[in-house]
Amino acid sequence: MADLYSKKVMDHFRNPKNHGEIKDADATGTVGNAVCGDLMTIYLKIKNDTIIDIKFLTFGCAAAIATSSMITELAKGKTLDEALKITRKDVADELDGLPPIKMHCSNLAADALHEAIKNYRKKKTKK
Amino acid sequence: MKTIYLDHAATTPVDPQVIETMIPYFSTYFGNASSLHSYGRDAYDALEESRKQVAELIKARKQEIIFTAGGTESDNIAIKGVAYQNKQKRQTKGPHIITSTIEHAAVLEVCKHLQTQGYKIEYLPVDTEGIVNTTELENTISKDTFLITIMTANNEIGTIQPIEKIGRIAHDHDVLFHTDAVQAIGKMNLDMAKNKVDLLSISSHKIYGPKGVGALYIREGVRIEPLIHGGGHERGLRSSTENIPGITGLGKACELAAQRMEKDTIYLKKLRDQLIKGLLEIEESFLNGHPTKRLVNNAHFRFTGIEGESLVLGLNDKGVAAATGSACSSKKLQSSHVLTAIGIDPIHAHGSLRLTLGRENTADEIAYVIKVLPEIVDHLRTMSPLWNR
Ligand SMILES: Cc1ncc(COP(=O)(O)O)c(C=O)c1O
Repeated sequence: MADLYSKKVMDHFRNPKNHGEIKDADATGTVGNAVCGDLMTIYLKIKNDTIIDIKFLTFGCAAAIATSSMITELAKGKTLDEALKITRKDVADELDGLPPIKMHCSNLAADALHEAIKNYRKKKTKK
Repeated sequence: MKTIYLDHAATTPVDPQVIETMIPYFSTYFGNASSLHSYGRDAYDALEESRKQVAELIKARKQEIIFTAGGTESDNIAIKGVAYQNKQKRQTKGPHIITSTIEHAAVLEVCKHLQTQGYKIEYLPVDTEGIVNTTELENTISKDTFLITIMTANNEIGTIQPIEKIGRIAHDHDVLFHTDAVQAIGKMNLDMAKNKVDLLSISSHKIYGPKGVGALYIREGVRIEPLIHGGGHERGLRSSTENIPGITGLGKACELAAQRMEKDTIYLKKLRDQLIKGLLEIEESFLNGHPTKRLVNNAHFRFTGIEGESLVLGLNDKGVAAATGSACSSKKLQSSHVLTAIGIDPIHAHGSLRLTLGRENTADEIAYVIKVLPEIVDHLRTMSPLWNR
């Protein structure tokens, strides 16, 4: 079949990495809107400012699931500063591209990651 | 991998008998049906034989059928043709057309266009099962109303409208009635001798015929303005040299539909009910549309917590071809206007799945779908933040 998506997107859609919840997460970040069809939560375990574990839950199309899976692979083991440098474009590039129509709505994983890190830092400064 | 095609509302494979009928008209009997020589007469005879086959399927008269380039064109010719014809007639508050909120784009977009041309359009709501309220319809008719256009059966959820009743109401108020029967043809009895339908749209590729051909039934005495001007083909209502191979294909497809209708409907209904029963076993799964007033081949579901495009791609991986009303799968990134019209919230609309059966499907195929679909739903739910674990 001629695929709508790149082989990499389909690989991540079929066998997503790191999906599920982290019950005792140090931070979470949720972006998107189920009404629009994409909703994403990233869970982080953080030690010495480094992401030691990361998981996701995503409601959305194959692109949304694949970008979620990809971001967990890109961010794992990175320091928070490094992780904040990962962009939407990095995620799409690593997946060998996304259809233009999906670039905006279904490419929220980087935003979710950044949101989680922001929430983590906010929480720390309050302590 | 063996594939199972469950998207017959999108299109159907061309029946081998239909192909066989068409083949000679490409190069043996290739004539122009307007020519006087024998090549032309052969083409003309085929054209008129096909017209008869289409007419017989809906119990119309041969001269009430014109050929078009598909369902979309039939809808355009019918609605604009009647609108342009009636523009001057009744104009106290502007010429008025009544339609429904769940029409196919081929009707809705025509109506939207006519709004820019000074026509007033009333989009009637439907109930939660997708049926138009005929009392409300009758109350909406004013002396400016000249056309009601309401589909026979819906292409997404399969709901069948009370077209006999709508026809009677239209007739009582001296209003013309057009119905888009593209999805209904061949799946239910449509009798133009009994029904008060004035115009009816048909598309060939939904009934095992070739794509790019259709027909429009126009009751004798109903006048419409042509949209395509030219050499005067099809009684001047649709000029252009007739697509004889396509038209003979549509004719044969109609003949086969008439012959097989009774058997097909019993068979498809059985498969459909097997499918519905099996899939409603899934936790938090629901049937969209009407439980009984639905096309014999349509099963339409929603599953809480998952998104339809993922579901369709997951099914495709298992060899099953299906469709969804999810926004993510549409060109406009909007969820289905039909699901919105029956009151389904956008989140659930995203999790919708349409399975439409055809005569080549088997009970074994349905059993396979009932086996693999729950696994895909489960897999997507384990990833979903909207699924309560
Ligand atoms: C209800 C309905 N009307 C009209 C059409 C358009 O028919 P066609 O594809 O032949 O233009 C379709 C097919 O998509 C349909 O389902």
